[in-house]
Amino acid sequence: MSEFASTIKETLLTRFPDASYELDAYQEHNFFLSVGNLHEVIEWLQGEGFNFLTDLTGSHYPDKEGAQFQVVYHIHHLSQNLRLRLKVDLAEDSIEIPTITDLYAAANWMERETFDFFGIQFVGHPNLTRILNVDDMDYHPMLKAYALEDETRTDKDDTFFGR
Amino acid sequence: MSELDLQNKKVAPFASSETIDGQIATLNLGPTHPATHGIFQNVLQIDGERILSAEQTIGYIHRAFEKLAEHRPYNQITPITDRLNYCSSPINNMGWHMTVEKLIGAEMPKRVDYMRVIVMELARIADHLVCNSVIGVDTGALTGFTYMFQEREKIYDIYEEICGARLTTNVGRIGGFDRDFNKTFITKLRTFLKEFPKNHDEFGALLERNRIFMDRTIGAGPISAERALNYSFAGPNLRAAGVDYDVRVMKPYSSYEDFDFNIPVGNDGDTYDRFMVRQLEIKESLKIIHQALENLPEGDYHADIPSFYLPPKEEVYSSMEALIYHFKIVMGETPIPKGEVYHSVEGGNGELGYYLVSDGGRNPYRLHFRRPCFIYYQAYPEMIKGSLLSDAILTMSSMNVIAGELDA
Repeated sequence: MSEFASTIKETLLTRFPDASYELDAYQEHNFFLSVGNLHEVIEWLQGEGFNFLTDLTGSHYPDKEGAQFQVVYHIHHLSQNLRLRLKVDLAEDSIEIPTITDLYAAANWMERETFDFFGIQFVGHPNLTRILNVDDMDYHPMLKAYALEDETRTDKDDTFFGR
Repeated sequence: MSELDLQNKKVAPFASSETIDGQIATLNLGPTHPATHGIFQNVLQIDGERILSAEQTIGYIHRAFEKLAEHRPYNQITPITDRLNYCSSPINNMGWHMTVEKLIGAEMPKRVDYMRVIVMELARIADHLVCNSVIGVDTGALTGFTYMFQEREKIYDIYEEICGARLTTNVGRIGGFDRDFNKTFITKLRTFLKEFPKNHDEFGALLERNRIFMDRTIGAGPISAERALNYSFAGPNLRAAGVDYDVRVMKPYSSYEDFDFNIPVGNDGDTYDRFMVRQLEIKESLKIIHQALENLPEGDYHADIPSFYLPPKEEVYSSMEALIYHFKIVMGETPIPKGEVYHSVEGGNGELGYYLVSDGGRNPYRLHFRRPCFIYYQAYPEMIKGSLLSDAILTMSSMNVIAGELDA
């Protein structure tokens, strides 16, 4: 781990005691944040020079009690060439998370996409509407509950290998 | 300032006093319009020729790739990636292969890396040729387009020798290539490398210092480096604004650190700079291909990972071992490690990322594509605000917005 990376890690964990850190098997830096401190942490990181929001997306884990949703941020410090992954777990009954569109303009459509596919509510987003799906769709298609195809179809059944 | 500021070649910002009796018109640009080169809709509020605001609608060719990917084994996801940026499919294919190789911890032989670099740089040239020649078309210069599409045709002929396909290439495998470069490939590539620079220079001579072209493109759709970074621009569009971020240098993959090449950067982030950055990148790509071809190492064209690399078809029919591995891979019986990786490659339009979460199953648990188009296209209204309608068309084509990548 570079000196800069360990400084960031130490400072972040001291400033935000309820954050936790993991260096995974692929040598990627993972920070686990809470909904409460997310915006503050990202604002601080942006001040430290993490000026490139690489990616923002969500995942659905229906079996994880109290953490059915996860929002994943990848942010990049270009001059130090350090990429961090920030994760926030959300429970199914409170899928609200502060927006970061005020910090990164790029987050606008990424958050809309995450809302469109997972239904995650980004509080404070200027225009949180569907982006890739049709407006009158009444569900969020990337949830694991929705199968890819109509399960009642029988014409594609395979006796040996299933669908 | 009422008209163009001819001294600085900048379009004057819109001043409300110029409004003719408040006659503001609504113009539907797209979704199917020849000038948008794809299915995008922009609802423009225009005052005469000046654009006051633009509202984008996207998603016309959304094909639910991320959902599809959750229901397919790893090697069947490659054809999906073809259809992201279909102007440079090989980069998408190999980016995906490298993501899976990173997840399973497979090391590639040097020869595979170099072969990949050759094919990826060819794809980058093809991608940039389309973009740059289309900028020419949108300024009224059709000639360059016809000549450059001949060159792109030659690149497609080279693709055919390595994978049999032209547009949606599906080239390579997880673990390398399905076949080695054949003699015709090398011959065609060498002919291309010999003839292309001359033809490309002719194309450059047609536009690069052309007074009309410069007048049309300089100052059209500019963006500052700060705004470009804030919008997470990547690739040629970011470099045109003056930020030298290139994944090939920052996070080298596929042995890019072995090659000597420059990263061209622009200054103003306008249409002309984007055009020039792509022109120069084509030359740098040629340099990389030359180096890779001259130093192409001997060795195997795939890694020795039988449980992930699809065996050649003739072996499947003749050897028991290959048949077993083939069956296991196709039926998804191969154990895949649990974990999550983010891998990115420098696509034709910038950082093309794959965020892959594996739960050890046959299919990815979650796969997210970081599509550069999707992310930077949202800056379009800001870039064209106050500019002329014809400049907005140029701005869009110079940003190289590809519908497939935009909508996934």
